Amino acid sequence: MSGATAVADASRLAVGASPARTRAAFRLSRGALCSLPVGLTLLLGFVAPLATVAAYAFATPKSFDVFRSFTLTNFASIFDPANTVWQSFVWSLGLAVLTVVALAVVAYPIAWGLARSFGRWSGFISVLFVFPLFVSENVRLYGWTLFFLKNGVLDGTLKLVGGAGPEVLYTPGAILFGMVYVYLPFMLFPMTLGLAMVPKDLVEAARDLGASRLLIWREIELPLATPGVLIGMLLTFVLAVGAVAESKVLGGQSVIVITHDIEIAFTYAQNWPLGSALALLLTVIVGALSLAALAKLDLDRILGRR
Amino acid sequence: MNQSARRSNFLIWAWTLFVLVLVYLPIVCGALAGLSKSRYFGFPVARWSTEWWSRALESFEVQTIVKTSLAIALIVTLVAVVVAFFGALAFARYDWKGRRLYQKLVLLPIFFPQPVLGLALLLWFNAVGIQPTWQTAIFAHLVWIVPVVTLVIAIQVYGFDPALEEAAADLGAGRLFVLREITLPILWPGVWSGALFAFLLSWGNFPLSLYTTGADSTVPEWLYSKMVAGYTPMVPALGTMSTLAAATLLLAGGLIAALLRRRAAGKAASA
Repeated sequence: MSGATAVADASRLAVGASPARTRAAFRLSRGALCSLPVGLTLLLGFVAPLATVAAYAFATPKSFDVFRSFTLTNFASIFDPANTVWQSFVWSLGLAVLTVVALAVVAYPIAWGLARSFGRWSGFISVLFVFPLFVSENVRLYGWTLFFLKNGVLDGTLKLVGGAGPEVLYTPGAILFGMVYVYLPFMLFPMTLGLAMVPKDLVEAARDLGASRLLIWREIELPLATPGVLIGMLLTFVLAVGAVAESKVLGGQSVIVITHDIEIAFTYAQNWPLGSALALLLTVIVGALSLAALAKLDLDRILGRR
Repeated sequence: MNQSARRSNFLIWAWTLFVLVLVYLPIVCGALAGLSKSRYFGFPVARWSTEWWSRALESFEVQTIVKTSLAIALIVTLVAVVVAFFGALAFARYDWKGRRLYQKLVLLPIFFPQPVLGLALLLWFNAVGIQPTWQTAIFAHLVWIVPVVTLVIAIQVYGFDPALEEAAADLGAGRLFVLREITLPILWPGVWSGALFAFLLSWGNFPLSLYTTGADSTVPEWLYSKMVAGYTPMVPALGTMSTLAAATLLLAGGLIAALLRRRAAGKAASA
């Protein structure tokens, strides 16, 4: 450690000696250079595919005439009152809103504990919450099917004591439950980052001055933790709007969500232009929300630059 | 601590443990189903058996998909770590003109529904005339995993004192030397967790693989196709194996990191 300090001291002397202007130019080019590989990956793997989707959305329906035809028929058919695809949009958006609300309530106490009171346990508990991310969601959702199934873990256990399991599988409630389950880490960790940004002394000072817990929460904790909470809500909303595994595995297709409609258009229906038009509408909703929220955030502060 | 604080602390612990039980409950249910003898799951399990485990291990089909999944995850890890390392330096280390914009662009693929991204990639591959195989899935995984790993490493970079790099450069060290002797050793915990994230996220990914592997199949894809049609207890058995493999890797990764940290601390203390 003392070695590092010595090097740092040497550097401070050196910085004083070297001309500041050349250093600035040196940094600028290096940062841009370092961003190139990521930039290229995202250009070829994110921007170009989305541009292709946009191009397909304006192609002749049920054709593969991308870049060669231009028509608004796909959008017209989506907004046609006879088309019931709007129901899928309503289901997806509604389920996503409910997921966000439920997750905010479920995750807040845990995030508070991780940021404040778990102490040396918080690292271990974080790992326990991260780990399920590495197990594919359909495997975990299928585990819930085994739990709720007739003669499954819940039903079987209740039968031992003379009851019977509730019939929850293949209902919208089960889909919502699955979404809350799958997206928990995406709410929990941004929220923890946000709550960790609230200075402890500030809360203590308020308490010493006689502020009630509700007042502290409303006036200090929540406003200061807002960036993290906002990221968590945005992230879970966006992921839940595009979720499809939950409705397929736990919902038994009792509800057709929008991503499922898009998938049907691409596979069974072989109508890529219609699928693209739907995907483009979804992208616009998601993109507008993300960009609007991200524009307000200072990522350096949230992620810990001092 | 006064009494009300103690009570709320207790409630928070209880809630956290309750949610953790729920988080792992379906994984346990899958493990039970994979170890029961009967073809259709029933609880309480009447007869236990490891038959489905051994059948899954012996199946040629399973061996093929495991190899595909491993190949994808390994290559994704290698490429993602290199790309994201520089990406993280651009994210958190250097002050440059486009940095604020770049930081937000990097986040966009994370803030995007993966099934839609997978379909968009399929369309794009089709438009440029690339036949989807497991190799295209590597690229698809990278689009999502590179930003995640960039963030993971960037968090480490934020705690890094740029003066160390500058000092070495001012003392006459070349760029490559600085990278090897100063930057990498300081940032390796971030790089290491980034690599673990890359491998495990690729290993468990379903929505991107679904649309971009073409005729090839990965473990999550195969499991899903069998869940929809043709369930046997091999499905939860393989699911459990895959989960255990991920857990072992995470544990080993954590232990190696702890060991190296201790050795580094020992070296610093003796020096």
